[in-house]
Amino acid sequence: MCRLAAITSKEFFSPIENINALETMKEGHDGSGMGLILKNLGGAFEELKDYPILSGICSKNGMHTLDDYLNKLGFKLKYAWTPRIKPVKGIAHRDYYFARVYDYPDVYKDRSFEEKEDLLLKTRLSLRRMGENDESIIVFSFYPDILTLKEVGDPLELCTFFGLDKSPLKAKIIFAQGRQNTNYAINLYACHPFFIQGYGSMTNGENTAFVPIREFLMSRNFPGYIGYNSDSEVLCHILHYICKRLGYPLTYYKDVITPLKQSEIDKRSDSEVARLLKISLRPLCIDGPNCVIAFTPEGSCIMLQDAKKLRPGVVGGVKGKYGLMSEECGLDSVIPSRDKSKDVFPMKYDMVIIKPDAEEVMVWNQQHG
Amino acid sequence: MEPAARLDHNHQLALKDLPYIVRWRDDRCKRCGRCTAVCPMLSIEPAVVVKRKVQSEGLSPEPKAVRYTETIVKQTTSIDRYCIGCGTCNLVCPNEAIEPEFNPQHKFFFHKNRDGQPYRRGGRRNDPLPSTLDRLRFTRISMLTDPALDAGRHEFRIRTYLGRILPAEELPLKMINGKLTFDKTSGKFIPPVREIYPVIIGSMSIGALSPTMWEGLAMGITYLNEVEGMPVVMCSGEGGMPHRLLRSRFIKYFIPQIASGYFGWDEIIRTIPHMIEDPCAIEIKYGQGAKPGDGGLLMAHKVLKLISEIRGVPMGVDLPSPPTHQTKYSIEESVAKMIQSMSMAWGFRVPVFPKISGSKTAKAVLHNLVRNPYAAALSIDGEDGGTGAAYNVSMDTMGHPIASNIRECYLDLVAQGKQNELPLIAAGGIGKKGNLAANAAALIMLGASAVSIGKYIMQSAAACYGDEMNRCNVCNLGKCPRGITTQDPKLYRRLDPDVVAERVVQVYKSVDTELKKILAPMGRSTELPIGMSDGLSTDDHAIAERLKISYVC
Repeated sequence: MCRLAAITSKEFFSPIENINALETMKEGHDGSGMGLILKNLGGAFEELKDYPILSGICSKNGMHTLDDYLNKLGFKLKYAWTPRIKPVKGIAHRDYYFARVYDYPDVYKDRSFEEKEDLLLKTRLSLRRMGENDESIIVFSFYPDILTLKEVGDPLELCTFFGLDKSPLKAKIIFAQGRQNTNYAINLYACHPFFIQGYGSMTNGENTAFVPIREFLMSRNFPGYIGYNSDSEVLCHILHYICKRLGYPLTYYKDVITPLKQSEIDKRSDSEVARLLKISLRPLCIDGPNCVIAFTPEGSCIMLQDAKKLRPGVVGGVKGKYGLMSEECGLDSVIPSRDKSKDVFPMKYDMVIIKPDAEEVMVWNQQHG
Repeated sequence: MEPAARLDHNHQLALKDLPYIVRWRDDRCKRCGRCTAVCPMLSIEPAVVVKRKVQSEGLSPEPKAVRYTETIVKQTTSIDRYCIGCGTCNLVCPNEAIEPEFNPQHKFFFHKNRDGQPYRRGGRRNDPLPSTLDRLRFTRISMLTDPALDAGRHEFRIRTYLGRILPAEELPLKMINGKLTFDKTSGKFIPPVREIYPVIIGSMSIGALSPTMWEGLAMGITYLNEVEGMPVVMCSGEGGMPHRLLRSRFIKYFIPQIASGYFGWDEIIRTIPHMIEDPCAIEIKYGQGAKPGDGGLLMAHKVLKLISEIRGVPMGVDLPSPPTHQTKYSIEESVAKMIQSMSMAWGFRVPVFPKISGSKTAKAVLHNLVRNPYAAALSIDGEDGGTGAAYNVSMDTMGHPIASNIRECYLDLVAQGKQNELPLIAAGGIGKKGNLAANAAALIMLGASAVSIGKYIMQSAAACYGDEMNRCNVCNLGKCPRGITTQDPKLYRRLDPDVVAERVVQVYKSVDTELKKILAPMGRSTELPIGMSDGLSTDDHAIAERLKISYVC
């Protein structure tokens, strides 16, 4: 099992908080990797919100290739951030870890955001393909106001390695995963959280329905639905497919991945819709066991369980700061002052939704629609 | 000169030429005559033989030869009355004095062509070796990485869909106040979709089956639906259905079949205005796995009063169904027009799908159906499918195994992104070795949405003798010793429809538990693992490569 620590806050905070939370849940991960996604960035990035950030890792040669390629496309580098690496025994140091802010090519200046998103996606995929064989270029995200860091190792040691304990890097939403390597070889593309066009997710569990879901997504004729080095990546792409491609409200994500029984659907006010979606999107039923934590482009954070609820998950906090964690001890380390009696352990019908800026927590019950 | 043949029986067959040799034990037999009375082929008969015994009476040896007569049970060597190995003689013998024994050296096929008539029979392909399906294993077991489910305690939903499924992009939904609503004004056609149990009882007609057998199956599935809550459905086979059933609410558990002879359809069409429920679906039969490219034939002696009424034909005439639908000339016309006509007959409320025999051309049919918005599914019947009557050469050598046929069709749908839109139904040899749940689960994981069974249910619910050593297999002659495939009241009265129904229910409850036992360790309980090929492996490289699954050893 992996361990998950997500925090959403009205104020900026450091990823060290997530990493400390992961440390308290150490029994649940084996130090085989950590992934971080920061959204609504502060510090130097705050002024550059509208510009896409390319997050990744490159070798020396890879960096040349990457520069040449982006220059050729017309992207202009505006700002580059690299972590201050402090060597740690056991963590292999790669050449360049980076988060670089670019300005769009001139021809895209007046284009719609959808067109820009498509350009960013295609560019990221091209870079991924260019560096995939020799691992000279690894790119995790290329999107405005999103920064991703991933590496193999223990989260606390990686924190030292990346110098996060001393870095001014801050954000309002930070997702962190401490990896328990189970099924697949250690590959950074297999490391949660995953991100695509504004949607991010990380998951605890094993997606037994992975292969049919992967085949379904890959046959949607959408270029971003590739990769799948981890069986959990599909959960991020399903969220994107449901909310962005199909344009459905967020709550239908739960209806699709964990559909109700027909007798339960019959009691919903939108029973006809729920019935049709269950049939039409049958291959996307995850069948679990999974606990999914995700964020949306506007900054809502969600947690939901599959119907078997065999994975831990808890949400708690105070107005303005909430944590979505695998375990209670993680929450204790981040928000010790909260009223624990108000912690939410989402059950099989629940979808916990925390509004942007950690304004309020809602528990949406699937039975009532 | 007189030919020697008359003296030495040279043109007669020897017992050794026959597929089954009857072992009769003189010392056990009490000459009750039950075996000879019951033998469906009259292969054995009471006979009187003269025996010679040398005996001596008195104190000193005075051997004398004594001739005496004795009644015995004798096996004939007539090819028309060959022993079919059914074993009914053994069943009725009170002393276990008689049983047929398979003769691996037989030369039956060399001789079963008298009068220029090739060998015809019922049953399925005579291949006793394990099929590909029996060589597949479920190897992706969730344990420490993912707690396995408990087949006994967790809730499982073993259901599938029959009907054309619209892709989400085409659903007439609109957003009102942040909620999705069904747009009734769109005028968009939503094809009918049925939620059914994924193991269907395949097409076996009243005519091919005896009235008691068909009634037993029908009662069994009705009980499963109404009492056990398992939506098991059954296809009628060609030849219509009883009028009372057509007009009853139970019709919703049945899939009437239309085939090239259109038998029974006058009656069905006339009944449509009087139907109080729609049928589950309509199957259009274009082919049958057991005899691809061949038509059907219900022999005149099977066309008795009940059959003639249901089929709307005179009694006592042969009822041939042509190999193809004679009024249709192309795939476009045949498939598109028939599907549309049948859909229209029930106001587009009933799924209509074709059944074809397993074939390399299955993908061509599939592509045609994908483009037809009214096509509700594609049923593919593999070479191991059974039949009531066919030429042996068709059964043994024609056709395509179901495993690779269904797999390549499924992967073709995946390539088009339509794997959830057109359900594939797999048939032909499922449960051939008795492993119904395992074979069904394997086919589902290869890409089938449902499977269809025929021979298996006859074997398990009515103890059909037939097997792949050519045992019995006289369904075509109307002599079924179990009373399953005969219209002879003397024979079908042996079969109690209540017992058949009970057995159907038992079989389905058992297969349901077995499916859970397969799905639970694989972590699936909400939806069927359609296309979950990573769960399958085989110990044969070539099979693994062809089916695109992993090899294990």
